Amino acid sequence: MKEILFKNARVIDPARGLDAVGDVGVSEGKFAAPEALKSPEVVDLTGKVLSPGFIDIHVHLRQPGNTTAETVASGSRAAAAGGFTSIVAMPNTNPPADTAGAIEYLRRVAEEQAVVRVLPCGNMSKGGKGEEMAGIGSLKAAGVVALSDDGRCIQDHSLMRHVVEYAKSFGLPILDHCEEVTLAAGGVMNEGKWSVLLGMNGIAGASEELIIARNILFAKQIGWRIHMQHVSTAGSAEMLRRARAEGIPVSGEATPHHLTLTDECIKYFDTNYKMNPPLRSESDRQALIAAVADGTITVIATDHAPHTATAKLVEFDNAPFGIIGLETAFPLCFTELVASGVIPVEKLIEKFTVGPAEVLGLRDYSLSEGNPADVTVIDPKAEYVIDKAKFFSKSRNTPFDGRVVRGRVEMTMVGGRIVYRDGRIV
Amino acid sequence: MAQWKRKDLLGLYDLSAEEITFILDTAAEFKKVSQRRVKKVPALRGMTVVNFFVEPSTRTRVSFELAEQRLSADIVNMQAQASSLLKGETLLDTVKNIEALQVDLVVMRHSAPGAQNFIAKNLKCGVVNAGDGAHEHPTQALLDLFTIRERLGAFKGLNVSIIGDIVHSRVARSNIWGLLKLGANVTVAGPSTLVPREFEEIGVRVCHNLRDAVADADVVNMLRIQHERQNSGFFPSIGEYAAWFGIKTSTLRDMKPNALIMHPGPINRDVELAGEVADGPNSVILEQVTNGLAVRMAVLFLVAGCRK
Repeated sequence: MKEILFKNARVIDPARGLDAVGDVGVSEGKFAAPEALKSPEVVDLTGKVLSPGFIDIHVHLRQPGNTTAETVASGSRAAAAGGFTSIVAMPNTNPPADTAGAIEYLRRVAEEQAVVRVLPCGNMSKGGKGEEMAGIGSLKAAGVVALSDDGRCIQDHSLMRHVVEYAKSFGLPILDHCEEVTLAAGGVMNEGKWSVLLGMNGIAGASEELIIARNILFAKQIGWRIHMQHVSTAGSAEMLRRARAEGIPVSGEATPHHLTLTDECIKYFDTNYKMNPPLRSESDRQALIAAVADGTITVIATDHAPHTATAKLVEFDNAPFGIIGLETAFPLCFTELVASGVIPVEKLIEKFTVGPAEVLGLRDYSLSEGNPADVTVIDPKAEYVIDKAKFFSKSRNTPFDGRVVRGRVEMTMVGGRIVYRDGRIV
Repeated sequence: MAQWKRKDLLGLYDLSAEEITFILDTAAEFKKVSQRRVKKVPALRGMTVVNFFVEPSTRTRVSFELAEQRLSADIVNMQAQASSLLKGETLLDTVKNIEALQVDLVVMRHSAPGAQNFIAKNLKCGVVNAGDGAHEHPTQALLDLFTIRERLGAFKGLNVSIIGDIVHSRVARSNIWGLLKLGANVTVAGPSTLVPREFEEIGVRVCHNLRDAVADADVVNMLRIQHERQNSGFFPSIGEYAAWFGIKTSTLRDMKPNALIMHPGPINRDVELAGEVADGPNSVILEQVTNGLAVRMAVLFLVAGCRK
């Protein structure tokens, strides 16, 4: 395998607290001391930021079941273009990833077709139906890195408690989609001023907050990590803040869209603003940004949810929830959080690297010598217009087309191999 | 305002006060036509209007049909039950097929808020919203405004109270937008489960007490209460609703003597409105129906005028 020497980059390695201009060497797919390289290809990264590869712990690849919208191949290319070297594939495929066989299928397809690491996530309950526990032991044996019923939420608290206890004995983190269904029933957008003005059925913030409260109780009682997916309200962020201050093993992620958009966007009935949890109010958005800034929220995850144009070109009520996010996540967050001065770039990179790594229990996610060479290179000065026509995803359901952003992903390296460079999959 | 410029009428949220007044002025002309012995004019001769009702309707559909006939348009009526939507065709495909038949206007009712906005954006022919979920019902609000203006002259400083199931009402929303733009003071009232506080953020008074809601009102617009809301737990029973929020003959004593009583229909007699009040001297409910025809003629005439 080729040796590569990245020179003159601003190297940001949050796990080691490193932020300095320097060189990074890669040999045999691993990080290596620059001086140990014999005849490396030299890549000059003056003015660029180099960090450990980004991890997205919340991605829908739609394979099997809806390969018109996305596949492992296309989704992994979108990930590479977004700077992600590892993605966690949610199990709500069709059939769902609730058995060892389904996980083995995903791993085989990923092995053959993916350009980034695809980390499988198994269901907590059979079929994600929230009725019976899935075969968590065999899922673990098949290679899942976490458990989730994402898209749905176990309403039976006794079952949820047993799932968390059982998952603990297998060392699997829980990624929970927090939604109490009776308070969300029939809802298509945030319950608030705009749902009232538009006459749409609302999804109350309390629907999310009730389950976050439940999960905090279980995490404390059982002593096992529960990670709250796509935290969207001020109330959720505040509960998470207090629980973490108490030392309860909970964490939370925010999506780029909840950090940049609000429910007011829905007034023109564009279904690319329909997602679950829904876009919330401006005060919720500000609370989420504050939670990202003060470390309450340690992860930014996309909830990349591809849908075909046909599926989205319908009445708002009838459209499926979700938007794609892999190819826009970093520049959106860089623009809204770093360029605007809310947090420094190294803080943002934490949310894309060590934050998600910690949720998954990955140790030493850093550029240390001997670690697999997963790298993301950013040009922090590049300003460009998001153009969905250029996406590698098979789907185009994004509200961010045409938005001017800063912070372009220049290069993505997985295991010492450059998989994305200057707009192309290599 | 010299000329109407919109190919669609989707809601009152989008319209300026000037545009609303322009529609009302045009409707006044058409009302005169309706009072003649020969009630038909050739304004839409040679044009085709499709009445596409994806949600059942009787009075609105009949009113639109009659308005179209009096304008000499050719008419096709489509119901959801008979359409291809049941065969899995998308709404957009269905209306694009209608448009491909060289139709000029689609009058549409749909249960999904914004369905008409979505359709209008994707069609070249004109779209008139005949009610989209709980979002807007612009022609109903325009006929309410027309009736108020005809009776009371102007809107500035007028107190209008809308009472009932506000949260599920497209009539309430369209009225609120129209009344606010024309300078009226708007109150919405009813049980707190059906009247969200969020309306205060746009300058509407929110009130949960009938007497407070009607005391200063120049106009009281009563909304129909749906029995199904009781099953969803919004209030305990129709009887309790009628007792606390229904207008009875005794309620009139708490009101200005000449206050107008309005209702978009169909009335639940003795629930939101006592039969005697609905039929009494303050009621303008049947005038609303008559004016609806003139207003719908005006709307169809104006949007059709934007066709090339």
